[in-house]
Amino acid sequence: MTTFQLTHLEELEAEAIAIIREVVAQFEKPVMLFSIGKDSIAMLRLAEKAFAPGKLPFPLLHVNTTFKFKEMISFRDEFVRSRGHQLIEWINQDGVKAGITPFNAGTQRYTHVMKTEALKQALSHYGFDAAFGGARRDEEKSRAKERVFSFRDRFHQWDPKNQRPELWSLYNGQVAKGESIRVFPLSNWTELDVWLYIYREQIPVIPLYFAKRRPVLDRNGTWIMRDDERMPLEPGEQPQMRSVRFRTLGCYPLTGAVESQATNLREVLEEMLRSRTSERQGRVIDYDEAGSMEQKKKEGYF
Amino acid sequence: MLHTEELDRVGIDGWLESYQRKELLRILTCGSVDDGKSTLIGRLLHDSAGVFEDQLKALKKDTTRYGTTGEEIDFALLMDGLQAEREQGITIDVAYRYFSTPRRKFIVADTPGHEQYTRNMATGASTADLSIILIDARKGVLAQTRRHAFICSLLGIKHVVIAVNKMDLVEYSQATFEQIRRDCAEFLARVSIPDVHFIPMSARRGENVVGRSTTMPWYQGAPLLDYLETVHIAGDRNSIDLRLPVQLVLRPNLDFRGFAGTLASGVLRRGDEIVALPSGRHAFVKQVFVSGAEREEAGPGMAVTITLDREIDISRGDLIARPNNAPPLEHAVEAMVVWMSEDALAAGRSYLIKQSTLMAPVAVTDLRYRMSVNTLKSEEAAQLSLNEIGRIRLECAKPLSADPYARNRHTGAFILIDRMSNATVGAGMILDRTPAEQAIDRERRSRDAGTNLTPHSGTVSPEQRAARIGQRPFTLWLTGLPRSGKSSLAHALEHALFERGVQSVVLDGESLRKGLSSDLGFSARDRVEHVRRAGELAKLLNDHGQVVIAAFVSPTAEQRERARASVGAERFLEVFCDAPLATCESRDTTGFYARARKGEIPNVTGVDTPYEPPRAPTLRLDTAATSIEANIARLLELLSARMLLR
Repeated sequence: MTTFQLTHLEELEAEAIAIIREVVAQFEKPVMLFSIGKDSIAMLRLAEKAFAPGKLPFPLLHVNTTFKFKEMISFRDEFVRSRGHQLIEWINQDGVKAGITPFNAGTQRYTHVMKTEALKQALSHYGFDAAFGGARRDEEKSRAKERVFSFRDRFHQWDPKNQRPELWSLYNGQVAKGESIRVFPLSNWTELDVWLYIYREQIPVIPLYFAKRRPVLDRNGTWIMRDDERMPLEPGEQPQMRSVRFRTLGCYPLTGAVESQATNLREVLEEMLRSRTSERQGRVIDYDEAGSMEQKKKEGYF
Repeated sequence: MLHTEELDRVGIDGWLESYQRKELLRILTCGSVDDGKSTLIGRLLHDSAGVFEDQLKALKKDTTRYGTTGEEIDFALLMDGLQAEREQGITIDVAYRYFSTPRRKFIVADTPGHEQYTRNMATGASTADLSIILIDARKGVLAQTRRHAFICSLLGIKHVVIAVNKMDLVEYSQATFEQIRRDCAEFLARVSIPDVHFIPMSARRGENVVGRSTTMPWYQGAPLLDYLETVHIAGDRNSIDLRLPVQLVLRPNLDFRGFAGTLASGVLRRGDEIVALPSGRHAFVKQVFVSGAEREEAGPGMAVTITLDREIDISRGDLIARPNNAPPLEHAVEAMVVWMSEDALAAGRSYLIKQSTLMAPVAVTDLRYRMSVNTLKSEEAAQLSLNEIGRIRLECAKPLSADPYARNRHTGAFILIDRMSNATVGAGMILDRTPAEQAIDRERRSRDAGTNLTPHSGTVSPEQRAARIGQRPFTLWLTGLPRSGKSSLAHALEHALFERGVQSVVLDGESLRKGLSSDLGFSARDRVEHVRRAGELAKLLNDHGQVVIAAFVSPTAEQRERARASVGAERFLEVFCDAPLATCESRDTTGFYARARKGEIPNVTGVDTPYEPPRAPTLRLDTAATSIEANIARLLELLSARMLLR
């Protein structure tokens, strides 16, 4: 007699697939955010499974801030090409014209213009009514209460006090014209779950997640990789070669590396199991103030 | 640091191997901050290494700012997610936390315990396998304890741990613990929870949470975490009744037609015979895909796609079951509902129902009673307010598969959605009805709808009557706000038709309320009944060869759909008299709107109840700016195009 008790990864997988299918059934024009990181890659695999043997019924969207690691862009192009998906890249041209960089504008303003505003521009430009994101509830306190179907008004804004109750797996996708939802199929996954899934599925990930000797600068106790010449050096500052890897990926000037010897997935997993710090430690963006993520989400950030 | 210990013991490969077999347990915690609930969860997370050092550092910072524990770390602060709530010191929503041990992964839904947060607790309970109900040992069983047990039972949670907390403050007294256990027996007998477990503990000191307590040697049972790791849940899934709600039809190419969905219950194998509902068509399963890969079979909870051996018509919202084990299809169901909206529920209101993948308009025809969550007694009620629970009867134009929630937690559940605001306003659980109730309902249904009655096989058919009179009967249904010009238009049209030799009958509020509907008032329920009678009357007149011009506000799509169903879609023309509310009010010479504005007349469409404009009427007339003559011309054009004039 076969038993049908699912393992926790199988249960999370089934839940995510159901969510992705539900959005396609309820919305006219969904899009999947593809940030090239591990969460995106896992989410994309789930979407492929949801519609197998067919293709994805929606395009992927990458919001490029122009300060992503170079390796991310080349990995993105090769990955998407090999899987046959349709990719839309969006850059906030207003921000580019204004010459906004993380160095001259400060991280808050830079993130607002090149990520939040850019995302809103792209969603409005194409008229997407549902956007999948790879965010997880375990990432940050304000995300712990985020719904799977997160309702946004026509200004893409989130009202934490006015969220729809979500019961069972009955997702209410009713929206008025111009309103939209953000959808988080990985809501119930942890960082460990994502890595275990990638390990189980043997999905290729970007090598920045694995340790390698890279040129880094010590900025306030955080290792920042100088990926190109645009990042100004402080007087007398010299990049040093260190064996580092990244736990999350974003804009290189805002993403801290950790010192590590883990050069493959098995070793990364072991290192993480023994680790005592959370992945968001490497993110400059959350540090500013308690509730900073909540504030960004209200403005329309993912 | 349980993962580290496990790694040292079995190495990374052993760890990865065992991780592949790990199960998921979803937990709900019930209690208030005062009971030490957040402290308990914080303790579970911390002691099982679910809290990272940087989070701990932030926590220490927060403790000095918001904490209530002085020097000790306030674990409660780990749980409160949003800034406003942190400052107010209360959790006002559902927050989800995650931790894992070498044996299981846990999802903890943390919800506030006060009565005004019943909806949040119901939300957390809807997906939970197990719940932890906290009791402060000093206070014993409170009204909230009964409420928590009732909500857990209502939402179908099968395993409950009663955590008797703060034992350190009652000198670890066994007598206190035993007294609480006896007090619980009284209300536990009145709810339906098959597995209840009592654990004495001190969350603040970590006693009997993760590690065994040395201070309570009289307690022989396991600490909380041991129990959470080992409680048997595999048997909770229903693997008997095959239910596959169809979520999507996948047609990637002409040769592939797959039905995708998540198996709510039961087992599905290649070669099985299935029946599709509501069509009742049979087929055999050709292929089964689980998470995208082809398999021999699939079980409960799996995301599947199946193909069939023949082309039968199946679409989203349909249900796949077995020919000899299919749920009853009902146009009316009885259900318990938890109300989640500031706008109260009352009999006569209509909503959208979402049950599995089906979405359809429904009307609440009866509010049987309200359940007091504190006394567990039922009481009469005219409406259900936010956070109240009651029993209702729902009617739906489409047939609903009526698996009782007690038997199927997936197909027996539904939500109600407000049609104007799109908000989720209610959470429902279908009840198993006794044979006597079913008989009463069958009788009522045949009385209500008349569709189950065999009509007298009269010698004259509707077609013959129509042919004799020499006109094609139809019902032109005018809908719109009060004073939008429906009746004037109706009478003008009657006149125009009369001149063209077509005999017609005008039905409107005035003509019906004087006689046929003279027993009805203006409550929401009576208004629904009034429109229902108009629809039935139109049907009879059409059957006898008469053309009907009906002018009724009929504010909801549900009401108009019922009229369409009574008359027959092929003879029904829906015309929307579109005029802004301000215009209608300014036209009103009878003082009707003015009195409604003063609150003297309740339930007036446009004033205190919404009007749902038709999404796709046969014709939309601008009755604000366009003249009656021009509108009549357009109506005649429509009728002539449909070959309904001579």
